[in-house]
Amino acid sequence: MSHHIIDFNELYYTYPDGKPAVNGVSCRIRHGESVGIVGANGAGKSTLLMLLVGILLPTKGEIRVSEIPVTKKTLPVIRQRIGLAFQNPDDQLFMTTVYDDVAFGPRNYRLTEPEVEKRVMRALETVGIEHLKDRAPYKLSGGEKRAAAIAAVLSMDPDILVIDEPTAALDPKSRRRLLNLLKGFTHTKLIATHDLDLVLEICDRTIVIKEGRIASDNSPLKTLADAALMEQCGLEIPLTLQNCPVCGSPPRR
Amino acid sequence: MSNITDSIYKMRFLDETADKRTPVHDLHPLSKLLVTIAYVTVVVSYGKYDVSKLLPLVFYPVVILFSAEIPLLPLLKRTLAVMPLVIGIGVFNPVFDRETIAVIFGLPISGGWISFISLLLKCVLTVLSALLLVATTGMERISFALRMLFVPRIFVMQLMLTYRFISVLLEEAANIWNSYTLRAPRQKGISHQVWGPLLGQMLMRTYDRAQRVYQAMVLRGFNGEYNTGSAKQLLLKDFLYLASWVAFFAAARHYNIPLFIGSILTGVGK
Ligand SMILES: Nc1ncnc2c1ncn2[C@@H]1O[C@H](COP(=O)(O)OP(=O)(O)OP(=O)(O)O)[C@@H](O)[C@H]1O
Ligand SMILES: [Mg+2]
Repeated sequence: MSHHIIDFNELYYTYPDGKPAVNGVSCRIRHGESVGIVGANGAGKSTLLMLLVGILLPTKGEIRVSEIPVTKKTLPVIRQRIGLAFQNPDDQLFMTTVYDDVAFGPRNYRLTEPEVEKRVMRALETVGIEHLKDRAPYKLSGGEKRAAAIAAVLSMDPDILVIDEPTAALDPKSRRRLLNLLKGFTHTKLIATHDLDLVLEICDRTIVIKEGRIASDNSPLKTLADAALMEQCGLEIPLTLQNCPVCGSPPRR
Repeated sequence: MSNITDSIYKMRFLDETADKRTPVHDLHPLSKLLVTIAYVTVVVSYGKYDVSKLLPLVFYPVVILFSAEIPLLPLLKRTLAVMPLVIGIGVFNPVFDRETIAVIFGLPISGGWISFISLLLKCVLTVLSALLLVATTGMERISFALRMLFVPRIFVMQLMLTYRFISVLLEEAANIWNSYTLRAPRQKGISHQVWGPLLGQMLMRTYDRAQRVYQAMVLRGFNGEYNTGSAKQLLLKDFLYLASWVAFFAAARHYNIPLFIGSILTGVGK
């Protein structure tokens, strides 16, 4: 498998209504890295991810994926490599059954039906919702929808996995299962999240976004334990790094 | 209007009945589509006074309804939904067309009434057959069949996406409705003062939502061709199904079956 490097070069994006959401982001994400993108509500995380897959096109600057610039022309190639799961699963699920929804991507790539089935079942198993395969997506609970949306992306076998808020609305067990799944996914990962413990556990790099700019780019442990930085960016030191609320002893790390 | 959420469930009723497994559901979509087209063509081809000749055609929806195990009531409700429109169109027939053309039990019946009834009947039958097609086949497979008939891709897409978009619209409407009523608990309906902003909201939101759904589709490799994976083969039973219904429709069109049966019965009676 080829190497995937993502380059953000002086990236700017302003929404059509004049709201600047990304204000000069530059960084390089290397092959196999697992990057957590954190920041307060409205910091610009989702916007950044949408720029990456070309749903939005930058007002200034550019993004390169393995040296291919993300432009209208290159979108098909880029999108085949990057799997993006939306922040809101409702936007992603529109077929009549979960199975068909997860199969939507593979079928578009003209795989044979047995191959599609294999992929779909594997994706459903990974997120633990095989039993929901014949249900209608709009009848699922929030967490089940989330799992289905992630399965829909996994079934496409992307080289780069991009997830917006993967653990929102998941129960502890499903969250755990997803965490293990993400750990097992060895390709490049970009995860925008408010779940800082997740970042600590599965990311080897953390990018903190504040008002559309990179406020910090460092290892999770260093970033998330930095009280001043966390405070400044509307975040909080994750529980696992705080002193024990009962006995006051520092965390084991 | 009291419960939009409810109507979403009802909206998807057709999708869900389409996933059943009965002999009718198992037929090839193309064969069912062609039968429906033939049926609709025959129904509308009758003259405006031909009520009695139309009657044998009721047989088709009844047979499908039962053999495909489709719940009657929800389907009838949907059919009746279009009735006001047709009544509006046909209601003046009895007023303008007063010439008596039949006498039933000593009661003179004017041509206007007959043509009105025939219009209603035609409407119910065509709408019912179209709904039955969706309920036994599903929109995806219908569009697959349309593609087999060389209907241009763009039209099929339009049809599919419109169909999907209706439920998106309804969901957004339900969300707005729910959040409104939760915060205006004592109110009946929606105050006319907020109709404007509410409607605007709904348009913007459904538009945005549709946009995002479309983007999610494109991200997963969607390029305008709707792949449903159900590349079924046409089998002998599909041809037989098509042939036998078409033969029946043709017979119903050419022979006055009620009259024929009537003459047999009276012949036996003599
Ligand atoms: N469609 C839009 N039109 C105009 N402005 C928008 C639009 N979407 C987002 N914004 C604005 O852009 C900024 C960044 O939004 P974005 O969705 O990227 O935030 P985020 O970091 O993902 O936040 P969250 O953690 O809440 O998901 C916000 O200030 C938001 O108000
Ligand atoms: Mg976001």
